[in-house]
Amino acid sequence: MDDLYREIIIERYKSPQFRGRLDPHDIQFEDDNPLCGDHIEVTLRVGEDKRVTEAAFTGKGCAISQASADLLMEAVIGKTLDEIKQLNKDFLLDLLGIELGPVRLKCALLSLKVLKAGVYGLGEASDDLVE
Amino acid sequence: MSLDIAHIRRDFPVLQREVRPGVPLVYLDSTATSQKPLAVIQAMDNFYRLSNANIHRGVHALAEEATALYEEARQKVARFINAPMSRQIIFTRNTTESINLVAYSWARANLQSGDLVILTEMEHHSNLVPWHVLAAERGVRLEFVPVTEAGLLDLEACKTLLSQSPKLVSFTHMSNVLGTITPAEEIIRLAHQAGALTLVDGAQSVPHLPVDVQALDVDFLAFSAHKMLGPTGIGVLYGKEKLLESMPPFLGGGDMIKEVKLRYFRPNDLPHKFEAGTPAIAEAVGLGAAVDYLTEAGMSAVRAHEQEIIAYALERLEEIPGLHLLGPSADKKGGVAAFTLDGVHPHDVAQILDMSGIAVRAGHHCAQPLHEKFGIPASTRASFYIYNTLQEVDKLVEGIYKVKKIFG
Repeated sequence: MDDLYREIIIERYKSPQFRGRLDPHDIQFEDDNPLCGDHIEVTLRVGEDKRVTEAAFTGKGCAISQASADLLMEAVIGKTLDEIKQLNKDFLLDLLGIELGPVRLKCALLSLKVLKAGVYGLGEASDDLVE
Repeated sequence: MSLDIAHIRRDFPVLQREVRPGVPLVYLDSTATSQKPLAVIQAMDNFYRLSNANIHRGVHALAEEATALYEEARQKVARFINAPMSRQIIFTRNTTESINLVAYSWARANLQSGDLVILTEMEHHSNLVPWHVLAAERGVRLEFVPVTEAGLLDLEACKTLLSQSPKLVSFTHMSNVLGTITPAEEIIRLAHQAGALTLVDGAQSVPHLPVDVQALDVDFLAFSAHKMLGPTGIGVLYGKEKLLESMPPFLGGGDMIKEVKLRYFRPNDLPHKFEAGTPAIAEAVGLGAAVDYLTEAGMSAVRAHEQEIIAYALERLEEIPGLHLLGPSADKKGGVAAFTLDGVHPHDVAQILDMSGIAVRAGHHCAQPLHEKFGIPASTRASFYIYNTLQEVDKLVEGIYKVKKIFG
């Protein structure tokens, strides 16, 4: 259980490396977790080859949601949009390196949900995106 | 007389368990739902083992016995809140349904477009959303008594609102976040002077304070069994007899009728008029046992115990750097301590406390507008009841220091 707050999560929560808002950007999306009021906005810049060149997030929320967003931004730089569409829950959990119960899973997956909704160009983010 | 807490704790089977091996449960989430004493569990178990039958109209022995037990529970509840007659006790599913019953039955029969309903900024969603629905459907106007920085209702602002001839004032007796005990008697008196009826959300007050509906002179009182040592699935609406008599039925179906023809029905008498379909019979019996348990402990003693705990809890929590308590001082509130901790989200606080077996709640506690008022998305809430101890407060404080250590 103590692993939930392993060093990398606390470190990324306190000193995120990809926090910010890219302006201009090619892709932007934001959403809330209504259960706890967590909020994530993702902005991406995409190159000619449909690869992400820069990624950033803003938001507020718990350590799990914010650290997960920071790690995810780092991981998607260099990926193509098609590759991002394939990312799932397990990919994110591997990044975090922890196991999560159903409630906290929602915290962790918020950034992935927002990212994929943005990449797909959807009007709203659905849980189906991260199954 | 003070309560023997060690003895009381032995009555609650769940308090004997460990959350994980070697980690005993420290249950500080009674505002969400209380734990249940063995007496309640056994009363329900016995009902299913020995007396189970559907109630009313059955002529066989079990049906009569089940009906008697169900109606006896109603009488116990009536005595518990000093209702003049047990027919004024309507069994519902919970506080939420009780408030909805008033919103659907009384309000839709009596309120027109432009009529004013006064609520407060510290309401639980269950005393907001039924009125939002009514406002959208009927054009009923909603106004809100503001909450002060100190977490109290602004009574001067309340008086100004009351001068606008409201039809109903619906408010909580104890905030589930701030713990604030509202001056219900005074608000009810002022509301009546202004010609309004009153609905009190007693979800947090009835389990924790002596509540006397005749002394309050309240028109409607709503509360839930599961927050007062009873089971989930059953709640109560108390109403003044004349009002309940004049109101149209809420849900239609079996038991709420005198007779049914193909094209019409005649509603039953109170309280059955508002109890359509087979009710939660075993749960009513469980509620009756919970009322017995609280009556034996004495509600003044329950209140005194919680005052001692909350005073100690606030004192200890205030010492923690970066911790900010919500709500008023201990003498003005029940056993609820909601707080924020600088730099740490409430979810993380709750999760780390859980590692030490401490059960608290994190979120907006179904009071989103109140959290917005205080400019925070969420809070962590520890709440106390008859079975909590000062040592558990110490464990909470230790746990919060652990949170601070992890978050450095």
